[in-house]
Parts: sequence; structure tokens; C-alpha cells
Amino acid sequence: MSLLEVERINALYGDSHVLFDLSIHVNEKEVVALLGRNGAGKTTTLRTIMGVLSPRSGEIRLDGKPISGLPPSAIARVGVQLVPEERAIFGGLTVEENLRLAALTAPKPWPLDRVYEVFPRLKERRTSRGRTLSGGEQQMLSIGRALIRDPRIILMDEPFEGLAPLIVRDLVNVSRALAAEGRTMIVVEQNVAAALSFADRVYGLNNGHVVYEGSAKELQAEPERMASFIGVGLHG
Amino acid sequence: MPSWATLLSQAFNGLALGSLLALVSSGLTIILGTLGVLNFAHGALFTVGAYAIFVAFQYTSSFFLAVAMGSVFMLVLGILLERVIVRLFYDRPHEDQILVTYGVGIVLVEVLRNVFGSHAQRVPVPSWGTGVTEMGFLMYPTYRLQLIGMVAAILLALYLILYRTSLGLVVRAGIENPGMVGILGIDVKRTFLVVFAVGCVAVGLAGMLYAPVVAVSPDMGATFMVQSFVVIVLGGLGSFPGAVVGGLIAGEIISITSAFNSAYSDVMLYGLMALVLVLRPQGLFGSEGRV
Ligand SMILES: Nc1ncnc2c1ncn2[C@@H]1O[C@H](COP(=O)(O)OP(=O)(O)OP(=O)(O)O)[C@@H](O)[C@H]1O
Ligand SMILES: [Mg+2]
Repeated sequence: MSLLEVERINALYGDSHVLFDLSIHVNEKEVVALLGRNGAGKTTTLRTIMGVLSPRSGEIRLDGKPISGLPPSAIARVGVQLVPEERAIFGGLTVEENLRLAALTAPKPWPLDRVYEVFPRLKERRTSRGRTLSGGEQQMLSIGRALIRDPRIILMDEPFEGLAPLIVRDLVNVSRALAAEGRTMIVVEQNVAAALSFADRVYGLNNGHVVYEGSAKELQAEPERMASFIGVGLHG
Repeated sequence: MPSWATLLSQAFNGLALGSLLALVSSGLTIILGTLGVLNFAHGALFTVGAYAIFVAFQYTSSFFLAVAMGSVFMLVLGILLERVIVRLFYDRPHEDQILVTYGVGIVLVEVLRNVFGSHAQRVPVPSWGTGVTEMGFLMYPTYRLQLIGMVAAILLALYLILYRTSLGLVVRAGIENPGMVGILGIDVKRTFLVVFAVGCVAVGLAGMLYAPVVAVSPDMGATFMVQSFVVIVLGGLGSFPGAVVGGLIAGEIISITSAFNSAYSDVMLYGLMALVLVLRPQGLFGSEGRV
């Protein structure tokens, strides 16, 4: 049994149907990349797993237990943690307050220092308010907030988007280290090369359908195939 | 041109009024920011506070004991209102929330009118607050100075709850982005009851402490209600520092203008609000992008 099972979910925004009978699964200690062009439904998939959006039909299970239909706060408490596309840092809270807030309802939160070991920059900025952080620092904080909860699975939505190459390199290294430690993750990225450098398996999405499934190695061996499926450029 | 002595004493009156406005408005703004409900019963709750101490004072001669009894009453009232009425309106449109809280306000005021009559009641100044204090440059009523000090202490307590406790952390984060608070595993709605009840106690305390300075009547809260709306717009919706600073500014503007011509004090207040809205639509301490 996989850690996370998404089975034939359909998701809608009002009347517009966005995900169609979408099924994916993630095994324990596996990193899965979710690729696809703009508007393919990647963010919607992650938001539906997190419970921000309820699937109209289908089922989502963690450890075999259904979680679809629960509110996000309940889904977070069983160990699913979204790092949203827009990062959603609390601008009026300090770095440390953002982390302490995230730790509040975690069954076994990390000590703050463990987050600071992963992101030493956050320690330097721990008393700064969220709104004063750079884009890269905000992304570190957003990932840090997920890590401090020590979740079963992390859902990262375009963690490298809009960041300077040096910072992307740092974040890719952190992601690799997390993958090597055995963290279970789904990562959505436009930067396919970066995502494939630490993913085990890949799903390709198009118009809310899964159109490709394979190992990261297979896909790296034949990039044209990915491109032909969904038209994601291999940049970065 | 009023004399300097008059201006100076009006400045102190401004401080007293301003601190009260700060206390009234901070409850209003935190309830609005957290629950998303603009509580139109807030002015009536101020009045209820004043009557609470009026009644409590008849059973005890200790001012502080009366304040404590009044606070407990406000707490219970706040819990009841939230559980029985306000709670049902969290997912309803804003118009419905405004209508229902407005209705609650009317009911509270009319109940007071029925029980105590429309005429003004007096709450005595506590024995340790009678007379005037000679400050060298100014003689000023002692109780008003103590009022400023007591309100400052309550605001400090609110500050500590908001900035030094986990509850405060959740409330501040929830005011900014309730969706993300949920994604981090916290059920924001669980804090709503506490926030509403604390807001009730805060505004009730303002009414209690103000009672010895004025005539207590069923309609006394109406002016405060309107002025505190101006204050939270000035300070930025949902902002506690904004409510405090906005309250003090509003208090001074009203009082200083009154020294020249009291007919213009509201004009000046609305003028300032318009100016702030033009220059900084989110208010002095509001952040951009919040609704
Ligand atoms: N709040 C919304 N209301 C209505 N439609 C939406 C909403 N959010 C997204 N959509 C639509 O749903 C579809 C999938 O969007 P989604 O954000 O999941 O795509 P994505 O794969 O994450 O794209 P991107 O790479 O641009 O982030 C798109 O057609 C989009 O226009
Ligand atoms: Mg997206």
C-alpha cells in the first residue's frame, strides 16, 4: 500500500471541471514530480490533497485512511503539508513566529534549531518580519514551516519559481538532502531539470488528466518524449 | 483663541477620550479582523458595561470589585452572544452579519431602557479618585488621570495576550491569512469564541471606567460606536496598533477642536479620515491587500 493514494478524483471550481478521474500514488520515502504546462491542474491537485478544495468524487487516502472531505487543518494534523505556490508567509509575524505557529499543532514538532540547521539564513533573520524577507528567504521559511511539523508527506508547489539561480541551486541541494533522508514529497515544478535531479518518479499532467507516468531516469533518457506529451521546456 | 491652560486641559481630555476610543476600537478591530464580522452591537456593549458597573456598585462599595463583577458579566454575555447568535453568521454574507449584530445592539439598548428607564444614572467616582490633582502646570480631575492609567494597563494586557501568547499568535496570523493558518493544522474558528468574548470584555471595561465621568444612559454608546468605526478605518482594519494610535489621534482631534468650536470636532475627524483614505487607503497600520 502506498502512503498517499489519490483515486479517480474529479475537482471543480464552480462549474469548471479541472481534474478528471485523476489517480496518482506516492510511496513512503518517495519523491514524485508532477509536471505539466500552465493550467494543467498541478496546483489544483495539491490543493485538493490538502483539502483546500474538496473533490466532487473519488477518494484520497493516507495510510489507507480516507482524508478527502476533511478540512485542511485536519488533513495537516494527520501529516500532509502543503508549501503553497504563493508561499503565504505571514508578513506581520517574525520568522520565528511563523515557525512557532506552524509547530503548534504538530504531534512531534522539530526544535527550531533543526530548521535553522537546514536553513542557516533563517536563523540570521529570525527576528525579522515576514514581509521584509527576500523571495528566496520567504521560500526557505515556507519550506521550514512544513519541515518543523515533521509531516508524513510534503507537497511543494513550484518551490524554485521566480528565484535567482544561486538560490535555486541552494534550494535544490536542500531538496536533494531531504530526499536522501527519506522524506516523502510531491514536487510541482516548471524547472524540470531541477525537479528530476531529486525525484524518483514522474507524473505528466495535461488538462487535468494524467498523461504520463514513469521513473525520473526514464524521462531523463528521453526528454523529447516529455516535451511531446505536455510541452514543458527543459530549462534551468 | 482659547487660553493655553484650556488647550492643555483639552489635550488631557483628548488623551482620556483617546485611550477609551483605543480600547473600544481594539475590540472592534480584532473581532473584525479575526471573525470577519463587523460588530454593530459594539456600542451597545459599551453601554451594557456602564450599566453593569452601575448595578454592581449597588452591591459592593469597592470600585475594583464592581469592575471585576462587571467584567465577568461581560465575559458571560460575550460567550452567550457568540454561541447563540454570531456563530451562526460566520458563513453568511456581510449584510446579514451587520443586520444581526445591529439587531442585537437594539435589543440590548431597549432592554436597558426598559429596566432602568431613559433618564441618566450616576456612577460615583471611587473614593480614591475624587478631587483634582495639581500637576504644576495644570489642575486636572484625579479620576481622569487614573482613567488614562487604567485604560493603558488594560491595553497593555491586550497587547501581551496578542503578542506573547500562542492564542495571540494564531489570532494575528488568522487576521492576515486564515486559509494558511488552516493549512498549518490550526482550526481558526476555535479562537473565534475567545476573541469575541475578549472583545466584549474590553469594550465593557471601557464603558465601566467611563461611567463615573458621564451620565449613564441607554444611548451613551452610539457616539462611541460611530467614532470607533472612524478609528479602525484610520488605523487599518484588523490592526491592534492601528486602533490604539488611531484612537489617540481621534481623541485629541475631537478634544482640541472642541476648544475652538465644538461644532467642528466631527468635521475635523471625518476630514482626517478622508485624508488618510486618500493618502493611505489601507489605513495607518493596515497592510495592503487585506480586505
Ligand atoms: N480559483 C479558480 N477558479 C476557477 N478556475 C481556476 C481557479 N484556479 C485555477 N483555475 C483553473 O483551473 C485550471 C488548472 O489550474 P492550476 O492552477 O491547477 O494549474 P497549474 O498546473 O498549477 O498551472 P501553473 O503552472 O500556471 O501554476 C486552469 O485552467 C485554471 O485556469
Ligand atoms: Mg500552479
